[in-house]
Amino acid sequence: MLNHGEHPRRIASTGRGQGSLLAGLLVFLALAGAPLLGLAQDAPGQTAGVAYRDIPAVGSRNIVWVIAQLHLLLAGFVLGVPIFAWICEIVGWKTGEKRYDKLAKEFTKLLTSSYATTALFGGILLFMLIGFYPKLMAYLGDIFFPSFVVYCILFLLETATLYLYWYGWDAMQEGSKKTLHLFLGFLLNVFAFFIMIVPNSWATFQASPVVIAEGSDLARAWAATWNPTWWPVNIHRLIANVVLGGYICGAYAGIRYLSAKTAEEREHYDWMGYVGNFIGVFGLLPLPFAGYWLMREIYQYNQQMGITLMGGFLSWLFILQAMLIGVLFLGSNYYFWMGITHRIPGSEVKYRRPIMAMLVILLLCLGVWMTPHSLVASLEEARKMGGTHHPLLGVFGVMSAKMTVANLMILVTFMSFIMYWRAGKEETAGWAKVAKSIMGGVLGVAAIVVIVLGVWGYFVPAIVRINYFSVAQVLIVLFVMLTITPLTALLLRSAKTTTEMVWGRMPPRAGYALVLNAVMVILLMTLMGYARSSSRVHWHIYGVMRDSSQYAYSPALGYAAALMSLNTFLFCMLVAFIFWVATMGEKAKAGGGGGKG
Amino acid sequence: MKGGSLLKPAILIVGIYLFLKFALPLFTAPLPASLIFLYVALTATGIVIFATLSGQSTEAFFGPITRFLSGEGQAGAMKMARLLVLVLFPLLVGWQTYSSTAPSEQPPAENRTIHPAPPGEFVGLSNPIPNTPENVMAGKGLYAAFCSPCHGGNFDGKGPASRGFNPPPANFSDPTTIAMLQESYLFWRIKKGGVGLSIEGMPWKSAMPRWEVELKDEQIWKIIMGEYDGAHQKPRTWE
Repeated sequence: MLNHGEHPRRIASTGRGQGSLLAGLLVFLALAGAPLLGLAQDAPGQTAGVAYRDIPAVGSRNIVWVIAQLHLLLAGFVLGVPIFAWICEIVGWKTGEKRYDKLAKEFTKLLTSSYATTALFGGILLFMLIGFYPKLMAYLGDIFFPSFVVYCILFLLETATLYLYWYGWDAMQEGSKKTLHLFLGFLLNVFAFFIMIVPNSWATFQASPVVIAEGSDLARAWAATWNPTWWPVNIHRLIANVVLGGYICGAYAGIRYLSAKTAEEREHYDWMGYVGNFIGVFGLLPLPFAGYWLMREIYQYNQQMGITLMGGFLSWLFILQAMLIGVLFLGSNYYFWMGITHRIPGSEVKYRRPIMAMLVILLLCLGVWMTPHSLVASLEEARKMGGTHHPLLGVFGVMSAKMTVANLMILVTFMSFIMYWRAGKEETAGWAKVAKSIMGGVLGVAAIVVIVLGVWGYFVPAIVRINYFSVAQVLIVLFVMLTITPLTALLLRSAKTTTEMVWGRMPPRAGYALVLNAVMVILLMTLMGYARSSSRVHWHIYGVMRDSSQYAYSPALGYAAALMSLNTFLFCMLVAFIFWVATMGEKAKAGGGGGKG
Repeated sequence: MKGGSLLKPAILIVGIYLFLKFALPLFTAPLPASLIFLYVALTATGIVIFATLSGQSTEAFFGPITRFLSGEGQAGAMKMARLLVLVLFPLLVGWQTYSSTAPSEQPPAENRTIHPAPPGEFVGLSNPIPNTPENVMAGKGLYAAFCSPCHGGNFDGKGPASRGFNPPPANFSDPTTIAMLQESYLFWRIKKGGVGLSIEGMPWKSAMPRWEVELKDEQIWKIIMGEYDGAHQKPRTWE
């Protein structure tokens, strides 16, 4: 990297090598892809005003599916990382701890290297959409043209800010320059946020359109943008991007940790993995709330769409979702627990019982979450049960139970973090006992109230459960977090460290756990991306423009799962390649500053 | 983990399986194999997680397995046991694979969607009949005449004709059935019956008559009011 100011010639030469490699790859892809594009043909029966084009054998829908998913995943990463990179930089600036600044820079390096690929996939997606769905794109272009202009301006601003932020890092380290750099980081996040919500309006318009017949172009675009699911999706994606970014950075750290050769590297990447996991968990805790709000808005917007998702043929996706979220919760907690037993010598025995209790609660909750309402059963089994609803366990299949266990899992994960935070320290404050009793009391009462509300939810009208009980459960969990976090921070301010935390001692499986978490969150996003898109069923724009192509059907869940897995695999490969390229120069430098270059 | 690290998990897994398979059905209906598999898999996951938290516990858990499978220093019965495992385990996997893929006269496990999405023309309808005691009573009367033979006088799906159906008629007093749905959904299901279901709802598996042939819309709306009142449930609303 040139901004390091060292070995510019060698690194430039490395860059040239990579550049020619990339250029060669692009030419190869263009040559290989040309005949394929030549196969693109108008859909049969279309003469004047082509509505669809297709590529035989592969299928236009599959191509758009893969490209759109890859673009969204990359975009999620690129928009999520600046948030915590900037926060890390602020922490480093406020505390004077250089390692935070170094970490922020490392996060930004990953961001910078992914940025161009994200834009590239955005461009490919646009060309594909215009080519395959000209009628739909003409309609969307007609409505959203003003926001297309806004989007282009935002993209220019974001790119310029990112260049300044990244290339100015070393130059803007001291005094007022650092303040300016932090302001650039702030601007980067502001532009990133708007870059996310503008295209969200196009996608959410397709699901919940607001079309006004009269008014200026601006008024029509404005009305279409403020559609019922726009803000729920904005909030959900914002949080999900942080989760995705955190876990991917964690996976990056995990892989670097596994391949680390020196003790210093091991320490750094162990710590980076911890931060990545923490960021992922931090986002994961409020994510179910945002998801619940989104689903509620969808259901309220249209009963048909709500039932298709939550009770209809897509409802099985939510069982898969429960499994993936469950693995994510288990994986994140596992990493925390391993952190306690490996980084804090001698703590294994002390924390064994609490860890076991937390694990049992998590598994019980996950068991409930994964229990479907309609069970998969043979004819004989269904006959014995009196249908596909089990008379006893069938009650686990509805939202009252799911919300309750989701909240309990969030509480357990939060307490897992608190336990990690307090491990190896001894509170010395005189009021420590009282504080700990209050914390225990708050946690216990909160858990009981969440369960009571969950059970009570079966005996009240649905609207009472949705509007009051579920909201109360969420508020209770938030209250616990907002009470226990500052109390713990206050307690630890005067605490005595009994055992120093030792970084770089985690076993290899900790690195694999970080990779697993990243894969789970990618799978989760591909799954829910499919759910969101498929809930429109045979409509391009729900209730406004019908899909009349040969693909106007929902693919079978098995087929969709195969595509999701393919997308996850391709994304992982893409990210691995980008990170490999991004760290090539650094590795060469660490390797002795010469030789092979 | 200390000695017996493998014994305790084995007992736990077997215990959970036996409880789900044999003990729980003493109090309620038997669980389908898919659910038992899910709960046992979760138990196994928990065991592996707990066993691999620290270096010591990992060694205590996996050490004996690794040593047994590697065959280091084994002789006599242990050696025979290892060979037996190495032969039997692949055979077991093969048998399991064969039995799960081989053609069978048993129908495949069912994956029916009980509440598929309603057609667009039924979305957003509201009950046009005022919710008065008279209308509710009229609805209950119609229910008694047309619905109760299957869905039961107590709205519990246990009418005199219910035993003849598989799947059985819906139990309206169960809080996970009509309480989750809007009135317009019930209107669609009653009016169009089983044949009106979408494919994922398996219309061929519902004996619900198409009541639009015999009842007016107004009567169907009254039945819906009567059903909710009789089952002590409230429809899903957004206000």
